[in-house]
Amino acid sequence: MSASPREPEFNKIRESSRPLTAVVIMIAGLILLGILTGISIATGSSSISLSTVWQAVIHFNPDLQQHQVIRELRIPRALAGVLVGACLAVAGALMQGLTRNPLADSGLLGLNAGAGFAIAICFAFVPSVGSTGLMLFSFAGAAIAVGIVYGIGSLTRGGITPIRLTLAGAAVSALFVALSTGIAVYFNLGLELSFWYSGGLGGTKWTQLDMVFPWAVLALAGALLLSRPVTLLNLGEEVASGLGLRTGWVKAACLLVVMVLAGASVSVAGMIAFVGLIVPHLARSLVGVDYRLIIPCSAVMGSLLVVSADIAGQWLDPNYGIPLGAVIALLGVPFFIFFIRRSGRGLI
Amino acid sequence: MKKLLFSQAESRRRTRGFTVMLGLAILILIMFLISMNLGQIRLTPSEIVQTLIGQGTPKQNLILFEFRLPQIIISVLVGAGLALSGCLLQGVTGNPLAEPGILGINAGAGLAVIIFVYFYPAELLGSVYLMPLLALAGAAASAALIYYLAYKKGEGLSAIRLVLSGIGIAAGINAFTIVITLKLDPQNHQLIYTWLAGSIRGTDWNYVLSFIPWLLVLIPYCLYKAKVLNVLTLGDPAAMGLGTAVNKERPRLMAAAVVLAGVCVAVGGAISFVGLICPHLARRLVGPKHEYLLPASMLCGGLLMLVADAITRVLVNSASIPIGVVVAVIGAPYFLYLLAKAK
Repeated sequence: MSASPREPEFNKIRESSRPLTAVVIMIAGLILLGILTGISIATGSSSISLSTVWQAVIHFNPDLQQHQVIRELRIPRALAGVLVGACLAVAGALMQGLTRNPLADSGLLGLNAGAGFAIAICFAFVPSVGSTGLMLFSFAGAAIAVGIVYGIGSLTRGGITPIRLTLAGAAVSALFVALSTGIAVYFNLGLELSFWYSGGLGGTKWTQLDMVFPWAVLALAGALLLSRPVTLLNLGEEVASGLGLRTGWVKAACLLVVMVLAGASVSVAGMIAFVGLIVPHLARSLVGVDYRLIIPCSAVMGSLLVVSADIAGQWLDPNYGIPLGAVIALLGVPFFIFFIRRSGRGLI
Repeated sequence: MKKLLFSQAESRRRTRGFTVMLGLAILILIMFLISMNLGQIRLTPSEIVQTLIGQGTPKQNLILFEFRLPQIIISVLVGAGLALSGCLLQGVTGNPLAEPGILGINAGAGLAVIIFVYFYPAELLGSVYLMPLLALAGAAASAALIYYLAYKKGEGLSAIRLVLSGIGIAAGINAFTIVITLKLDPQNHQLIYTWLAGSIRGTDWNYVLSFIPWLLVLIPYCLYKAKVLNVLTLGDPAAMGLGTAVNKERPRLMAAAVVLAGVCVAVGGAISFVGLICPHLARRLVGPKHEYLLPASMLCGGLLMLVADAITRVLVNSASIPIGVVVAVIGAPYFLYLLAKAK
């Protein structure tokens, strides 16, 4: 890399990246995540002591009701939080890097809405499809949304600008949300779907996790592999291809990974906005512009955000729980606004 | 010579502007007439004419005067109001993304109404005159918050910061809205769910009457300000150089846009997209001068909502598809097409 003809750009990346901070974030984040996961398992309509949680994990006793609750409800819920947070945040980071668009997020670009639409179709026409089918539908919906948004981008003369991409995303999102609402109203699924639309981890089951886990892990690994090309791509397409990067392939691979990440998280937790928008910005402001640092940090921070929001939602309303998507928005908005006010690095 | 060329271009633009507006107005009229025929019970054109001149059967009178006409009129007016609001916001902020929906103004109006419904569930349909005020208060509160957050001393109002603040605030408000709607009883929930998706069913003349005074004040005011908008789109330094009091005019026009959006949401529900798509469409038809752009946007908005309303009445027999859904289904693909074709 040192003999590169594009020395200034690399220097810029190197100067602004802070690997030490990243390592600290990763280690501290993972420790905190472990603690929060424990708290999350202990939290619920009946709170269970942390020592019982520990007992249930290492000496599971099927005769104890509390152990059953922990095994069958609480652990899947906590794991789903970790998984969904990582997926959403990494999907956002990849998209922001790929499109050089600070607004890119699987929610804003219509992927979540596409997946949600596919799930509404499932509810209305093939309710017996099961969690596997639901997930595959969700992938397909996200893929269709990506296809439309990028199709518009490639059809556009003179290439796609960030603002135009955002517009296309907003339009696709509005279309799919409208179609889902239409289905919901027509088939009288409003309550069911809106509960699900509001995002939540409450009903997560092991079968669901078994299904989604391998896909999500694969996609997260893929994102890590793509982090270097994305960093180069973020310098601008010309620079990247000047450095011998096959930008077409990188973009296609990124889209595939993002599609799986968005589809997986929507099929588990419904539509949760904001994680993919906020977390990468925060990560970037902490560790610099190198996506090899941004992506793993985003994964950890996204998990932290979702798990803690889930805990907060249960604390605030122990009987029903405040929907996760709502809690995340309530936590995220002030933070996001603060960020905008400060015009954080890479934001504007 | 230069002046002559300028005035020629100007007069061509004017001719074009008026032709487009006339065309749109004729289309609205035709659609209006067709729309009166459509619904669960079809009325033939001759029956419509008979009813209109006062010779219809009681049943025909009921259908036309009590159900269909108010709904059609409300559709046109809400569409025009939202489109005008979007056009103003796009002009004031210099941002093609600006729209009451995206800027969180609809969300604020919706939240205010929903909080009211939560505390006084029985009043929902009885409070025709109160609803616009509530929605207005909500819209104004969220708009003020967004403006405050996007404004920075020394830097003024950045377009991207405005949109980002709008998205943020909208997300926050929607979160509150979801929390409250989940606590409503199922019947009210369905009602609110449909309303949030944009629904003008069950309207009667009271809605029309509660709504028209606002428009009678706001529309002329906005049209009167067309020249100011033209100047504002040149950017702050240029506008100030031309002697425009940017810091006074911008908040005024923003306020007009917010009030328009607020009353429209009160009557029609949170219909997004009209305010985004219609100004874009109108700009393609008549160019960037607000003297033509504002009225053309309004006419596009009215036409779009009229068509959408007619479709909801043709398509659906028992269940009602919210009009906002139809608007999005018509609007989104067209908007994507515009995006793909744009240079």
